Amino acid sequence: MDAGVLAQYVFNGVMLGVIYAMVAVGFTLFFGVLDVIQFAHGDVVMAGAFVGLATYLALHALGIAAPAVVVLVVACAAGLGMALLGAIIARWLILPLRAAPAFNTLLVTLMLGSILRELVRLFYPNGSNPQPFPRLLPSASANLGHFTLRLDTTLLIVTGLVTIVIVNLVVRRTRLGLAIRAVAQDSETARVMGIDFERVVLVTFAIGSALAGFAGVVYGLYYNEVNFDIGLLLGVIGFSAAVVGGLGSIYGAILGGFLFAALQTIGSVALPVSSAYSNVFAFAVVIVLMTWKPTGLIAEPASERV
Amino acid sequence: MQRYLSFACALVLACATFLAPGADAKETVKIVFIGPLTGGNAALGLGGRNSADLAVQLHNADAKAKYTFDLVKLDDQCKPDIGVQVATKAGADSSIIAGVTHYCSAVAIATVDTYHKFGLPVIVWGAVLPAITYGNDYPEIHRVNGTMINQNDVNAKLVTGLGYKTWVIIHDTTDYGKGHDEYFTKYLTQDGGKVLADFGVGADQQDFTAILTKVKELNPDVVYFGGLTPIGVRVRSQMDKLGIKSQFEGTSGIVSDSYIQALGPLAEGTIAFIDGAPIEKLPGGKFFLEQYAAHKYAEPPEAYGAYAFVAANLIMDTIEKVGPNRKAVIAELAKTKDYPSIVGPVTFDAHGQNIVPIVTAYVVQDGKWVVWHDSDYAKGKRKLAGGK
Repeated sequence: MDAGVLAQYVFNGVMLGVIYAMVAVGFTLFFGVLDVIQFAHGDVVMAGAFVGLATYLALHALGIAAPAVVVLVVACAAGLGMALLGAIIARWLILPLRAAPAFNTLLVTLMLGSILRELVRLFYPNGSNPQPFPRLLPSASANLGHFTLRLDTTLLIVTGLVTIVIVNLVVRRTRLGLAIRAVAQDSETARVMGIDFERVVLVTFAIGSALAGFAGVVYGLYYNEVNFDIGLLLGVIGFSAAVVGGLGSIYGAILGGFLFAALQTIGSVALPVSSAYSNVFAFAVVIVLMTWKPTGLIAEPASERV
Repeated sequence: MQRYLSFACALVLACATFLAPGADAKETVKIVFIGPLTGGNAALGLGGRNSADLAVQLHNADAKAKYTFDLVKLDDQCKPDIGVQVATKAGADSSIIAGVTHYCSAVAIATVDTYHKFGLPVIVWGAVLPAITYGNDYPEIHRVNGTMINQNDVNAKLVTGLGYKTWVIIHDTTDYGKGHDEYFTKYLTQDGGKVLADFGVGADQQDFTAILTKVKELNPDVVYFGGLTPIGVRVRSQMDKLGIKSQFEGTSGIVSDSYIQALGPLAEGTIAFIDGAPIEKLPGGKFFLEQYAAHKYAEPPEAYGAYAFVAANLIMDTIEKVGPNRKAVIAELAKTKDYPSIVGPVTFDAHGQNIVPIVTAYVVQDGKWVVWHDSDYAKGKRKLAGGK
């Protein structure tokens, strides 16, 4: 295979991996802190993309056109909006169901996902149709043989990675992170130590969902098109990536995200069967990996949970 | 006092019972509309629903009509399993006499057995898979729009005639996409074109960069897409991301306002085909568009609205003739010949398929689907990709 073509596959795969990793980190954070699976997370990504899009249209109507300002405001609006949504979900859906079987949380969030999807479809103007997402990043590109290196994609990859690193630093290095990890390890003891349990849960959901909001904007800026149903598959992929990487581990989520993107790319181009089976292939490999390492490639450090 | 009151009530009730039939002498007949009202293809479905609704409203406003019609609207979500559920619901409801059914081919083909089982006469208003009418001998199934066979025949002739030599085909893996793949490949090969590669993609796939990188390496003259608008938009948009300069063409599945709305300037130059003549050019087209505008529907009729309108009208006219009886409607529909409609005369062959001799080529020009022969591209004022 031509080196340029190979480079193109890797470049696209990395971009895809960044988006998946951003979604997977949310799943892993929620599971780490509360042992819950928030199945509407993919639709939070979608909602983030639409908040970003609506913000862009508002800025456009106000006559603000400087691309740097617009990108910043759009990303912040999506991030903050989804942080708020995440905290609301945690406060009124996840926490009240804490005593109920985990199965209920899963079902409730699954239904919430459908509600979010249909709300966007019904209330966003012309929401049933694919929506154009503006091109806000510089579109300069360099052609190296068969490889097209695009500035906008490069910026998105870097931004996505930096955001994940920041979230990781927050969890590993700050007092807030310490509280999150304490709650994750043993919520009862953490409470005894004076940690405000509810606040930590809300903040964790806010952080994970803000990341999803950013992921939505990154998605929109990369594909220049968003649709009300993009969250469904993104959610399943993000969740699989988190599980195969090791639920509860941020590094695992990142690894899982890139692994899934790589599997999809290989499934599309390197297999003798039709490219239609790329998802079948990727999910099948994930299943095999899960039977081999049930706790994920990077398992959560064993913690006593009584 | 109480006794007087109850007597008064009874009197009022009795009067109401006697008077009611006088106030509404017409019998109400239920017919059903089924299409994708939610999901990625909802725009087309809502356009069809509004158009069928328009037909019913216009009919009900006609004082000479014997029956008042009630249009039941059901959502198939463009998903075969949901389609079978709602088809069963409609079929099992004996008050529903006939149906205007399905835009998505994958759903329409999945439901034919259900309609046959319940003996519910239906007229398909948008799905183009040939097997829906030709794959069975069910007298219940009819279709007013054409099939993808004629569409791909005309398509292959036009594009090979422009001088293009090599193609890559991308199609979704539903019956719809696979059908287009099969017929286009057949006619293209006959007309001397060469298919370099053929990719099947999932109907909800988001990322096509891996496939398109391969396409870029193959460097075909044309990328043919067999599928519906949401995926068509993604493929076209991601082609641009990867710097693929090939001409893009699609099927009737992407001829929608939402395709252009989602892509903006990138839609320019896309070629696609539709069965039948353009609605504006038909004798009744102006009437339809005027009435549609007058009823202030929130969504545009989209490409197949006119067919849903015709299907609903044909059903209502048939019921007017033979009465609200499924068997009689089936028998009468089979005799349909040169039924005057806004999409031209409708004649059903032995399979209930309307014989539509016309296929119209479209190209996107300045943000509109323009009939190919009227476009600047056909006149040589503008050039498609590859300078054709």
